[in-house]
Amino acid sequence: MEEKKNRLSILTNGIIKENPVLVLVLGTCPTLAVTTQAVNGVGMGVAAMVVLICSNVFISLLKNVIPDKVRIPCYIVVIAAFVTVVQFLLKAYLPDLDKALGLFIPLIVVNCIILGRAEMFANKNSVIDSALDGVGMGIGFTLALTAMGCIRELIGNGTIFGLAVTAGHIDPMAIFMLAPGGFFTFGCLIALVNKLTNGKPSKNKENGCAGCPSAAACGQAQGNEGGAQ
Amino acid sequence: MKEMLIIIMGAVLANNFVLVKFLGICPFLGVSKKLDSAFGMSCAVTFVMVMATAATWPIQTYLLDANGIGYLQTIVFILVIAALVQLVEIILKKYVPALHKSLGVYLPLITTNCAVLGVCVLNITESYKFIPSLVNSFGAGIGFLLAMVLFAGVRGRIEYNDYPECFKGVPSTLIAASILSLAFMGFSGMIDGIFG
Repeated sequence: MEEKKNRLSILTNGIIKENPVLVLVLGTCPTLAVTTQAVNGVGMGVAAMVVLICSNVFISLLKNVIPDKVRIPCYIVVIAAFVTVVQFLLKAYLPDLDKALGLFIPLIVVNCIILGRAEMFANKNSVIDSALDGVGMGIGFTLALTAMGCIRELIGNGTIFGLAVTAGHIDPMAIFMLAPGGFFTFGCLIALVNKLTNGKPSKNKENGCAGCPSAAACGQAQGNEGGAQ
Repeated sequence: MKEMLIIIMGAVLANNFVLVKFLGICPFLGVSKKLDSAFGMSCAVTFVMVMATAATWPIQTYLLDANGIGYLQTIVFILVIAALVQLVEIILKKYVPALHKSLGVYLPLITTNCAVLGVCVLNITESYKFIPSLVNSFGAGIGFLLAMVLFAGVRGRIEYNDYPECFKGVPSTLIAASILSLAFMGFSGMIDGIFG
């Protein structure tokens, strides 16, 4: 990230070109698990976006204070703190959504998008740039989740955001609301993105998996300088 | 005994962590290319899951809940898991070098595996007692191992097939996972059928 990028491109990068879910294939667990309904997809996306923006800003502020050797645990603590805040807010104001997302709220902590952005972007860039990056990546994540949710809800239940579309006319295929449908929809969506980008997804994997401490084992970051550990 | 069997069968088959609950998808997609590494990774995950449950369950019950600070769960758990993984690695390196050699490379990478944090949190939310918690974690680990090993076999075959360009890589893997997950759905009624 040495070269000067203008702020707009930082913002739009995460939405399309480096969409964390569809191009970089990060944060797959929540993407598959919570997108049984479009509403849940939006909720999860926004919750993760809030955590992402806050942690990006905070880590960017602290980048000169955090010792290099223990940076990953420090990032995790910062992220975990914001996740706890979001968990409280959801419990208080949106209890239904909190129930629907359940286990996957605390699991935002180990979402590799957030840790990846902290490692790859926030600790090298200014506070404003980091915040913009968080907004962009968050919107990208939310859009991908919403798309997944819409497709699965439409085919699996005949509704979108709870509004009947094909319900009553076509028998819904409930399998799309279940686990196999999640894998299938996600696979097809990524294939579609590959097709639209002429089968050459972003080569800039540096922003993705390499930030995840599992990168070395995953083998997805091969050719880069390896994982964080 | 019957309760334990139900928990373990549920965790391994009916509620398989990877294929039904969507936990630990990253290593599932990333490390399942070769059978050896899939097996090694799963053994390490099982080991850490049981250890992490053994550490986090007493902390939640006797420290956090007892003092009314249960909301610190997320922060405390992730730190405990991270510290535990480091500790286990150091101990293995010193005293059981053979085991360290086979599991060592995977250990530091497990800290951010959401299946480990997931099983610890689930044990608390399902309000299992201590022993059932351990059994559940062990079952979850075995379920992870089963899914990884099965999928490593499946993947070995996909690689050599001819399919559209845009499905190369992740998409074909996900679709194969979908079919495997479909197979695992067949187990969903089994637990009630046997024990009900």
